[in-house]
Amino acid sequence: MSKKVETSCDGCVHYNAADLKKLGVDVTDVDYVVALAGNPNTGKSTVFNALTGLRQHTGNWPGKTVTRAEGGYSFADKKYKLVDLPGTYSLLSTSQDEEIARNFILFGKPDVTVIVVDAGRLERNLNLVLQILEITDRAVLCLNLMDEAERHHITIDERSLARDLGIPVVPTSARFSKGIPELIQTIHEVATGEIKCKPHRIKNVPKHIDKAVKILSKKIEIQYPEIPNSRWLAFRLLDGDERVIEALETGEFI
Amino acid sequence: MTNEIKKPEDIVALSNELRWQIGDGFHDQLTEGIYADAAVIAQNSVTKEGGKRNFRMDSTIDKVVTSRVWGFPIMIFILSVILWLTIEGANYPSAMLATLLLEDVYSFLKEISTSIGMVWWLDGFLLDGVYLALAWVIAVMLPPMAIFFPMFTLLEDFGYLPRVAFNLDSLFKKSGAHGKQALTMSMGFGCNAAGVVATRIIDSPRERLIAIITNNFALCNGRWPTQILIASIFIGAVVPSYIAGIVSTLSVIGIALLGIGFTFLVSWFLSRSVLKGEVSTFTLELPPYRPPRVWKTLYTSLIDRTLIVLWRACLFAAPAGAVIWLISNIHFGDQSIATWLIDNLDGVGLFLGLNGVILLAYIVAIPANEIVVPTILMLTVMSVNIAGFGEGDGVMFELDTATETAAILKAGGWTLLTAINLMLFSLLHNPCSTTIYTIYKETNSVKWTAIATFLPLVMGIVVCFLVAQVWRLFV
Repeated sequence: MSKKVETSCDGCVHYNAADLKKLGVDVTDVDYVVALAGNPNTGKSTVFNALTGLRQHTGNWPGKTVTRAEGGYSFADKKYKLVDLPGTYSLLSTSQDEEIARNFILFGKPDVTVIVVDAGRLERNLNLVLQILEITDRAVLCLNLMDEAERHHITIDERSLARDLGIPVVPTSARFSKGIPELIQTIHEVATGEIKCKPHRIKNVPKHIDKAVKILSKKIEIQYPEIPNSRWLAFRLLDGDERVIEALETGEFI
Repeated sequence: MTNEIKKPEDIVALSNELRWQIGDGFHDQLTEGIYADAAVIAQNSVTKEGGKRNFRMDSTIDKVVTSRVWGFPIMIFILSVILWLTIEGANYPSAMLATLLLEDVYSFLKEISTSIGMVWWLDGFLLDGVYLALAWVIAVMLPPMAIFFPMFTLLEDFGYLPRVAFNLDSLFKKSGAHGKQALTMSMGFGCNAAGVVATRIIDSPRERLIAIITNNFALCNGRWPTQILIASIFIGAVVPSYIAGIVSTLSVIGIALLGIGFTFLVSWFLSRSVLKGEVSTFTLELPPYRPPRVWKTLYTSLIDRTLIVLWRACLFAAPAGAVIWLISNIHFGDQSIATWLIDNLDGVGLFLGLNGVILLAYIVAIPANEIVVPTILMLTVMSVNIAGFGEGDGVMFELDTATETAAILKAGGWTLLTAINLMLFSLLHNPCSTTIYTIYKETNSVKWTAIATFLPLVMGIVVCFLVAQVWRLFV
């Protein structure tokens, strides 16, 4: 259902952004589910508020969101449900807030996962990004807090970053609503399949581990041919993650 | 190795087998691998120019506000300024609102009620009970909240609260609790229910329980205004008027610090008795200072915090007003229920350095701590029956001047001890109903909910009793 380009405006995200309807808490009959993940204090709730028109309390405060907040918006005739997840540094440990985030991305199967990162602290944030990219192959990197990064004289080559990660990268300053139209457009394109992601998979894995992971993930794929993240499941199984073992036994992945 | 896998159990079995082959250190090696990837990717796309000025600015501020010498004094100073501005600034708008709602609107409503010939008890129940309770709560609570919350939110947005957590971290470790409890406690300064939910960031169940039980010792949104009110009405009334503002401010700070002190004390006690265990370590990330977006913050803190807290207070004040009017106007023999209750509670009350009125006010206002102060004032007037104050039995009223308040309090048998113990009791009693419910949902245990509920109450009674005994020994 791509529109025919008639004027130069039609192809512009700012023109299309007029389509955005903030739906607040109305999340019935949605077409797509979008998860907002990221490290603590990168502005997930600010992005959430900018998209849904809700006023989730935001604060300069790591660990402010510990529960899931949900809201909705509609764009280009599609309804989106947005889920604001608690901020986490990784998906490998077991505190309750990390589990909420992990379980939603894994079992909630969002159509798109928007990973919000602090542009000024990219390297540290990439730890979580790489883990998420093992789980899902439909993701958008929201390079937030660009205003701060600029103030600190940090420049990021978005195109090379997008190429390395294999997912679209959108620079934003959510506090000032900058980059939000582009973000909405990109989420839309990933959700509808216009953009196909080829997410980066973790490369620096020691050989003996890699071998075990390959054996295990192949078996998982035989059992569940549809599964997109057999490699990550293999990682978790080898780490002895009880919740993932349980989910495998009950067949929660299907 | 099994070639055919038919069941998920086989996958699990295979993974167990492989885990043995890999040996220890899988988790660490994987994490290292991820970091190595991250470093390569970041190197390819991030360029940083020489100027590190802003980072240095952040760390310079941090060196001062988290320093051993200046950390605590700065914390106390900032808190003092905010409280002082609130106490001094709220006077004038409060008086204006009181005149408007309690005199003009009230007499207007009374006239209407007379002109349509409403029966006396309905008129009393609705106007003297429900309406006056609502008007009172709005007049005394709205101005301090409208000043306090925006300032508190600005501080939060700027990034100061995590520094408070940082300063307190070592004290938490010493008391056997998790350092992250400093964060959940700071959250509790906003709302205890939110603070209890925030304890989810603490991994260890033992330390999480300590954080949940002690969260009530952080003064919350509902109790900041209460403390500010008690301090400015009661403490302010018993000291000379030119130092009233300062003394009130200092007493509120004292109570807040005492609450923090009790947090450490109780954490220490719990971690050495029922909740023994090791202290876990963690990293606390100090977020960058961010210039707050002032107008947006003012708007959201007014809408989200002030109006929501006020709305909640009103919801509870209306029925409480009705109850107060009823117990003051239903008579058995020659006594109203309220007088009878106050007389009976007076013995216990005085024993604790409080009085019957305060205890009754707490019972009436159990669902909402916020409306305790208005209830106390109203019941005091009613029980001493001073001519010229208030409009009649069970009628909430407003006081125009500090001298009038002082006169009423003296007549009601109030001393400085009563005022101090009232503040202490207001810090140390059961959490509000919302928090109790949240604790139950988070712990899923009646036992721990009961402990979190009654422990502070028992402590409050003990502390008030001790203070009263010591006071009477010396004064």
